[in-house]
Amino acid sequence: MSIWSYANPVKFLALSTKVQPFLWVAAAGCVIVGLIWGFFGTPDDFRQGSTVKIIYLHVPSALMAINAWFMMLITSLIWLIRRHHVSALAAKAAAPVGLVMTLIALVTGAIWGQPMWGTWWAWDPRLTSFLILFLFYLGYIALWEAIEDPDTAADLTSILCLVGSVFAVLSRYAVQFWNQGLHQGTSIPVATGERSVSDVFWYPLLTSMVGFGLLFLALVLYRTGTEIRLRRAQALRVRAGREL
Amino acid sequence: MPDLGKYAVEVLSAYAASLVLLAALVMLSLRRGRAARAALKEIEAKVKKDG
Repeated sequence: MSIWSYANPVKFLALSTKVQPFLWVAAAGCVIVGLIWGFFGTPDDFRQGSTVKIIYLHVPSALMAINAWFMMLITSLIWLIRRHHVSALAAKAAAPVGLVMTLIALVTGAIWGQPMWGTWWAWDPRLTSFLILFLFYLGYIALWEAIEDPDTAADLTSILCLVGSVFAVLSRYAVQFWNQGLHQGTSIPVATGERSVSDVFWYPLLTSMVGFGLLFLALVLYRTGTEIRLRRAQALRVRAGREL
Repeated sequence: MPDLGKYAVEVLSAYAASLVLLAALVMLSLRRGRAARAALKEIEAKVKKDG
């Protein structure tokens, strides 16, 4: 069976309804275990003290903030190229989740930055590109709400998503692009795989990251189902109105 | 409860803010989902009744 068959809303809903209970349980389990393990079961860092415990929220949320935008980019491209409504609705469903992940990353970063850097905020390349990503999320959600025709809204938000992808990339690689600013480099370089995090912090962090990823997936599937149902209800209302 | 030392306020407020935001996201998503199911059920029943 082709993956494109799940562009059919009925098939998509059937599959997502089946997998969601497992996803929700796995997501809740990993997030709870990761956070409890990180909070109660790890030592203080010799330089950061107990603020190192913020890493279990900050890193997974920042990771999902960027990856949510990339997921929106892929589904937006599918909409623009193949005109599958489910993909446009999946992008719409993911945006508020990405927005909250970005907000958590910004808030926890600011709370950590005050005692460690001596400031809540600095116009550092990574922080600034993350703030711009946050504003892009807001703009994307506002654009969906502002346009009445759903296909036009999907077209315009997809274009906005393409533009915003520049900032999603910048958010990820700002530290490498501009070798300045307060934010440290990534602790887990994907290219080399040589992480600078000790095992005692890494395993709870990994659990938390997996949990945030699964939570994102569960929320996006659930919210996409919601968008499909709202679209169907709207179509039936219009049809019933015409027949009167 | 681990000894968080002089950074207790920062650590606890980071956890509190994040958990509140996550809980709000999940609850609002579930509420909107339930409303969508009810709206669809209602309009489907109406369409069925009207033939």
